[in-house]
Amino acid sequence: MALLQISEPGQAPDPHQRRIAVGIDLGTTHSLVAAVRHGVAECLPDAQGRVILPSVVRYLQGNGRQIGHEALEQQIHDPGNTIASVKRLMGRGLADIANAAKLPYALVDGPGMVRVRTIAGEKSPVEVSAEILATLRYRAEDSFNDDLYGAVITVPAYFDDAQRQATKDAAQLAGLNVLRLINEPTAAAIAYGLDNASEGVYAVYDLGGGTFDISVLRLSQGVFEVIATGGDSALGGDDYDRALADWMLTETGLTADTPEDQARILAEARGAKEALSDEEIVTAEIELSSGSVDLSLNRDQFEACTAALTARTMTAVRKVLRDGKLAVDEVQGVVMVGGSTRMPVIRRTVGEFFGREPLTNLNPDEVVALGAAIQANQLAGNNPAGDLLLLDVIPLSLGIETMGGLVERIVPRNQTIPTAMAQDFTTYKDGQTALALHVVQGERDLVADCRSLARFELRGIPPMAAGAARIRVTFTIDADGLLQVAAREQTSGVEASIAVKPSYGLGDDQIAQMLQESFTTAQADMKARALVEARVEAERMLMATRTALAADGDLLSGQERAAIDALVVALESIRTQDDAAAIDTATEALAKGTEAFAALRMNRGIRQALAGKNIEAV
Amino acid sequence: MNLQSDDFELFGLQQKFAQDRAIIDARWKDLQREAHPDKFAAQGAAAQRVAMQWSVRINEAHQRLKDPLRRAAYLCELRGAPVNAENNTAMPAEFLMQQMEWREALDEAQDVEALDALRAEVGRRRQTLLQRCEQLIDVAQDYAAAVAQVRALMFIERFAQDIDNRYEKMESRAG
Repeated sequence: MALLQISEPGQAPDPHQRRIAVGIDLGTTHSLVAAVRHGVAECLPDAQGRVILPSVVRYLQGNGRQIGHEALEQQIHDPGNTIASVKRLMGRGLADIANAAKLPYALVDGPGMVRVRTIAGEKSPVEVSAEILATLRYRAEDSFNDDLYGAVITVPAYFDDAQRQATKDAAQLAGLNVLRLINEPTAAAIAYGLDNASEGVYAVYDLGGGTFDISVLRLSQGVFEVIATGGDSALGGDDYDRALADWMLTETGLTADTPEDQARILAEARGAKEALSDEEIVTAEIELSSGSVDLSLNRDQFEACTAALTARTMTAVRKVLRDGKLAVDEVQGVVMVGGSTRMPVIRRTVGEFFGREPLTNLNPDEVVALGAAIQANQLAGNNPAGDLLLLDVIPLSLGIETMGGLVERIVPRNQTIPTAMAQDFTTYKDGQTALALHVVQGERDLVADCRSLARFELRGIPPMAAGAARIRVTFTIDADGLLQVAAREQTSGVEASIAVKPSYGLGDDQIAQMLQESFTTAQADMKARALVEARVEAERMLMATRTALAADGDLLSGQERAAIDALVVALESIRTQDDAAAIDTATEALAKGTEAFAALRMNRGIRQALAGKNIEAV
Repeated sequence: MNLQSDDFELFGLQQKFAQDRAIIDARWKDLQREAHPDKFAAQGAAAQRVAMQWSVRINEAHQRLKDPLRRAAYLCELRGAPVNAENNTAMPAEFLMQQMEWREALDEAQDVEALDALRAEVGRRRQTLLQRCEQLIDVAQDYAAAVAQVRALMFIERFAQDIDNRYEKMESRAG
């Protein structure tokens, strides 16, 4: 499979050429890829014309695998090697996974994240997700008969840092250039809002296969401002299936003891659930090793045995409105997203709460991928006139463990990203020279009730009396919602920092190892891949610099301009050689050398933004 | 204008307490349209870094300007009267008495209606104190007195948070 294509020297791609950028909805039950073609976002179909790819991977003896529909068909015959709903395992340890015993495949605890035991060896959820993403990448490349510039990948708004990082790792492993991670309800709002030219406050109720999000956004002139977000990253259609399966077993007196039986009863429950969206009453034909029963059930029975799940979503809805300081009647519309919102009980409950009919005019399966495609197209620079802007928030508070196992909150939830916030701490013993920092995410006051993200140490603090050191801990969250933490002792200047990766994400060497071991693109020589990537990055940097010089070159003195030109020439000549490290160095030199220029351009932009808006008179 | 400009200067607003929230939000969006990293996604690492710095700074200023309590505290600090909430928790006895009464009412609240009533009362008190802040900062320019109001408002803010937590507990029991 081809990696990114590189133009020969002298044949640099036309800067006005369209870059192919896609949006990918990596879902619990199914995944989709979409792109903007001829100005319209559309989901890309596979060779058989299907846009939905079941998020199912089956591992075979040796190095074989089946992905999507093929794997789904084999699920009840080979449940142990057929991994469905892998999204629920992303960034999770074994202890985090409810119902692990009821899953048809076997989990083992791995460093940082669970792994699935298959016939082809232990697989990390990141690898399994990468298989799905790579399948969509090939589909997109085949559709355009060209290589991809990059992708926007969607994640549930309520995903924490570990889950986001795992998703980004999976995309990188699948050979995708991640332009941005965006939240699923926000993506849906883009598709919906642009389609309907909506303005005002909207709620997005997104109940997918395994996750639930509720976001409230303000839409105005292309700006999508998330006011508050909430949800449950382990609540979705899967749980309705399981609740119904349990009810079916109780009702019939049957048991599901083998993985095959478990897969079968879940499939039967799902079928009945889906049928009940159109019918008032259905008959399930349950065939298990403990016996066969035809069970008739009606919509009321289904709604009663899943009522607790629906109530949980509504608790989250009320909390989000409180967080956003909004009354129910201030919400102008409720957009329904995710296949599970097809259940009549959901539409009715949400409609009654908001006192208005929910909006269902966009396909709830496709709307997230479509919104992601629109954002990808804009990020790739294909739509320079576009004024789409996302102002999203972090879903969960971030903090540090303090004395007594308590959490000191540093960044509160629903803070607009990107953001940076700092707090000062001190030492508690005389002569203390090191400080252990434990970074946690969650709303509870006790560390034990929050998610542990990372631990690191600040060492080399000069000995001082207790309470004399001033240690400033800074949390920086980028536009993908990913966290970086730095600590600095203010009087001595001792520093330590960490990208919150090691405890759940994968190190670069781990990714490299996975690529070599099993992944589809593993045939590609690692060195060749590094060189290709270095050249692509160099090309991007050169193109960006040329564009910036053409637009705002007048901001530079002759001397400054000459310095940048020299760096450009250096990178252009080294780019054609075969030394990836040298190319990277020259690219970084150009990036550093143009930073002051970038700052000048930004100042000009900011001034223009406020031009004509002078300080109002007293 | 640069990253060191104060929040008001950055947003092109007059340095005073009374502000129009709609104008603050509109300026915020205008500025983010220029500075957000998404606007520079295809423009290389240097532009990304600068955009990230500015975008973070604009969000920080927006957080402070849009929240009247934080705006008041910031103004007092700019005018040489920092709030120092951690080191100065002394409050008038009358204020503390009322806090205790509210705490009791919260403990005794059995239903959503009782919480609604308490929340409304706290909201009214908050409004009164904010009006006093406006008078002290914009008219009397008595920042030391304004700081005392800000501290009282911080107590009220925390109490409002506790009320919200209580709603959550009540709802998850009901669910």
